[in-house]
Amino acid sequence: MNPIYDRLVIYLPAAALLLAIGVFGLLRRRTLIGMLISGELIFSAASLNFMAFNRFTAPDPVVGQVFVLFIMGLAAAEVAIALSIILAVYRNYRSVNTKDLSELNG
Amino acid sequence: MSNFPAATYIVSGIFILCLGTLATGALIAVLSTRLIRSVCGLAICCLGLAGMYYFLRSPFLALMEILIYIGAVCVTIVFAVMLAEPDEAAESRQHGILWGTVAVGVAGAIFWGLWQLGTRVTWAVPQFRANSGSVEDIGKSLLTTYSLAFEMISLALLVAILGALAIARTGRTKS
Repeated sequence: MNPIYDRLVIYLPAAALLLAIGVFGLLRRRTLIGMLISGELIFSAASLNFMAFNRFTAPDPVVGQVFVLFIMGLAAAEVAIALSIILAVYRNYRSVNTKDLSELNG
Repeated sequence: MSNFPAATYIVSGIFILCLGTLATGALIAVLSTRLIRSVCGLAICCLGLAGMYYFLRSPFLALMEILIYIGAVCVTIVFAVMLAEPDEAAESRQHGILWGTVAVGVAGAIFWGLWQLGTRVTWAVPQFRANSGSVEDIGKSLLTTYSLAFEMISLALLVAILGALAIARTGRTKS
């Protein structure tokens, strides 16, 4: 039997746990920045899953690492855009609570 | 494994520590009411995730995780927290309990389903490895196979930075 850190079935539940916590936060949070943080957790879960499969089942171990590197770059770009939008919203509404941003709510 | 006594147990202990850091950080990130603590939880979670990447034989990605997530993403979110004072207002108790139950149910269903999927299927082990996945191999494939994607990601980052500047700038008056 392999040691605990060398089994695929340990990493997959870890990634599933991270995804579940991220979805929980996305449903539970009521500010835009909190939802953004939960979104980052979901990104991390996807990256961990990619890396686990890359380590244990992929014939070319470079592919997953390159892909996760691209995910990180896109996450950084997404955070920059989202935070500037949040700042613009805050300047207009004086709030980042999702309940206050309901002008399109009929 | 090396000849060091009980090396496997020590490494397993460090792995469990990383796993605990990951779960604790994620829980702090979603459960705390003050957003600045939530950002700190995200940083702790990313530290645990970097440890997991190290155990998955990718020290390059472990360093990148610390550099990009803790160094760039968390610091940017801290700046936004400082500029926008976004602490959550207390909501009505009944509504909070109802919505929290729904969120726990959805998250638990996702976790249970993925766990069953991950543990029941026997995943195929590859017959051979094309390379060892070292930093040298990553660099070679970034400059050959993935060179176009690499350039596109830098272009996307540039456009994102310009867009962020343009969006955050509107509404500011000249003083």
